[in-house]
Amino acid sequence: MHTSDIYVAGLGVISALGYDLKANRHALQSGESGIGAIKHLKTIHKDVFSVGEVKYSNADLEQASHLPPGTSRTALLSSIAAREAYTNAGLHPQTGLKIGFVSANSVGGMDKSEDFYSAFSNDHHKGKLRDVVGHECGYSTELVARQLGIHHYVSTISTACSSSANAIFHAARMIAAGYLDVAVAGGAESLTRFTLNGFNTLMILDPNPCKPLDENRKGLNLGEGAGYVVLASEYALSKLDTKVYCRLSGWHNVNDAFHQTASSPDGAGSYMAMQGALRKSGLRKEEIGYINLHGTSTQNNDLSEGTALIRLFGEALPKLSSTKAYTGHTLGASGGIEAVFSVMSVMDGYVYPNLRFETPMKDAPLHPVTSFDIDRSIRHVLSNSFGFGGNCSSLIFSAT
Amino acid sequence: MTKKVYIRSVGMISPQVTFAQEVPLGISTIHEGRRMNAIEPDYKIIFGPKSIRRMSRIIRMGSAAAVECMYHSGLIMPDAIITGTAYGCLEDTIIFLNKMEENKEEMLTPTAFIQSTHNSVGAQIALSIKCQGYNNTFVNRGLSFEQALLDAMLLIEEGDVTNVLVGGIDEITNTSHAILSRFDLYRSAKSDLLIEQPGKGTMAGEGAGFFLISSEASTSDMAVIEHLSMKFDPDEKLNTAQWINDVLSDLQMKLSDIDLFILGHNGDLRNDGTYESLQQAIGDSAPIAYFKHLCGEYPTASSFGLWLAASSLKNGRVPFSAEDFLQLDASSRVLMYNSASNGHHSLMLLSAC
Repeated sequence: MHTSDIYVAGLGVISALGYDLKANRHALQSGESGIGAIKHLKTIHKDVFSVGEVKYSNADLEQASHLPPGTSRTALLSSIAAREAYTNAGLHPQTGLKIGFVSANSVGGMDKSEDFYSAFSNDHHKGKLRDVVGHECGYSTELVARQLGIHHYVSTISTACSSSANAIFHAARMIAAGYLDVAVAGGAESLTRFTLNGFNTLMILDPNPCKPLDENRKGLNLGEGAGYVVLASEYALSKLDTKVYCRLSGWHNVNDAFHQTASSPDGAGSYMAMQGALRKSGLRKEEIGYINLHGTSTQNNDLSEGTALIRLFGEALPKLSSTKAYTGHTLGASGGIEAVFSVMSVMDGYVYPNLRFETPMKDAPLHPVTSFDIDRSIRHVLSNSFGFGGNCSSLIFSAT
Repeated sequence: MTKKVYIRSVGMISPQVTFAQEVPLGISTIHEGRRMNAIEPDYKIIFGPKSIRRMSRIIRMGSAAAVECMYHSGLIMPDAIITGTAYGCLEDTIIFLNKMEENKEEMLTPTAFIQSTHNSVGAQIALSIKCQGYNNTFVNRGLSFEQALLDAMLLIEEGDVTNVLVGGIDEITNTSHAILSRFDLYRSAKSDLLIEQPGKGTMAGEGAGFFLISSEASTSDMAVIEHLSMKFDPDEKLNTAQWINDVLSDLQMKLSDIDLFILGHNGDLRNDGTYESLQQAIGDSAPIAYFKHLCGEYPTASSFGLWLAASSLKNGRVPFSAEDFLQLDASSRVLMYNSASNGHHSLMLLSAC
């Protein structure tokens, strides 16, 4: 162990695949996709688009999270997964450690704001204020931090679809710099009419279950959920009764600076993010055993990411897949949920299938894994998160 | 932090005339009512008439402040761009919500949605100058700007970058003001009397403040950031004076080592109590300046406070201050403390360079 190393000591996740780590693990192993018809989100597109919706009503989630009725679904999902990670790492209020909570999301409490706005838009005296009080992205973070009794450092990051990856490595840097001993880091996102309609205007939603990396991919499926890792210093580990999953060994953030929404065709941002994370980790690219791709299933992302991968790894591409065919694209939560999946890969050698894949892309042929596999030789896993605004981030998790 | 962090330059758009000119020493612009709108430059001159049609107001404000800051820095490109914004791009968010409501989720266009994400300002700046370096956006309410600044200082401390462009941006829109007003936050006032004559409520403000901070000294530096601390205290148990004393004693300093205090009173009696213990502790040891009568209250208003602190050190006088009470020299120190509602507290210690 090296004193500046950052360890992963806890995991928590809720997604279309299930309520907790165990349920997600089971669905991933058995190849059961969480994509299906919309049940809970109120929208006219209900019967049109497939989504990765968490299979519980707000009432169920309120009960499970001990948060009051009317709380944003973003906060409910965040609370459940963050508490699982917190407990999983053996954290408790009496550790004496400097604990941080760094959580990401892309639209805050928009699920409630849009309800407020329906009433407010016709009459500015109408609309329940409690529906708009949680609009700010930081509100859900602070609500959950208070529930967990975390106050030393509470931070929220929002860089569209790369938000959670940035939250995870901001937390790692805060630990490395000595500001924190341990941090719960990741992100949460709930389905909203705002994002569903927004992505619909961009014409990148697939009505059917998506096919990432496939030549005939038709777009993405939106998803929702939350995923957190507990990052800890060596000192924190000595104070906690917990096991060590792996290390967070590499990270990097760049901006593609190409277009507000589209990635550059040559994948410059993706390439630099992956290359920077490798440099930080001190690993050779041959040492990466599995890549959990951003792989949204849009024409633009998959081609751009594929081009960057081929440029970086050449013929010798590691095993790779996009788990968005399982969960949908959970936007601000995706980096957190996929970090949890990546940690399980390092720990247990899990290689997840890229569901529904048939035909490699003509212009950037990738051959993702198509059935669940356990490969105990995997020691290093790369996880990609790219977003609107050119934000590109990559993380590397390594066996200890 | 072991490395020195210099503020090399600044670009500030605010409810005062702070843009594209020497640090203003004259009288302030007085706003009347419940809000202070930013005094905006002619964006056509900065971006050209074609580009500005595609930019929302907050993107114009943020981008113009960033351009101004980069211009004064004498640098072509920063190594990283970090922004802080609590509310993000409200105008476009509301446009899209409105359309969604009016058209019942049909026949919508993407422009407003695309520009509604919180990282739009940082992304737009990166895109316009082709900056492919580190890019991040912090959105943690009343500490959004502080966390962006901390992240920038961390990057410098880690040694991978030299120059970071860091900014705080929040806008008022008619809709957001109508909604926030229902939370009973504001009162009608004359801005120059906002703090002198406190009451129940403050005035809303807005602005975009960008800073080029660097690990390398230059001839045009405004100040050195000696320290940044923040505190999340939702249960309002914090004794402000005690906390600040503790922070200073960690730095082997005392309150009496400070030559100027800049405090974030916003003229709301329900909020200004946070400052009482500190003001008592300061006593007559050093002058106190305020800034929210100039910029109004908004979650990233501390970026205006930092501008005021750095400008004071650069010029030896507090901008817009009538009194010529300051004798700031090469060893002067300025401490800014800001707190608004929701238990967010921050402290920035600056020294002259």
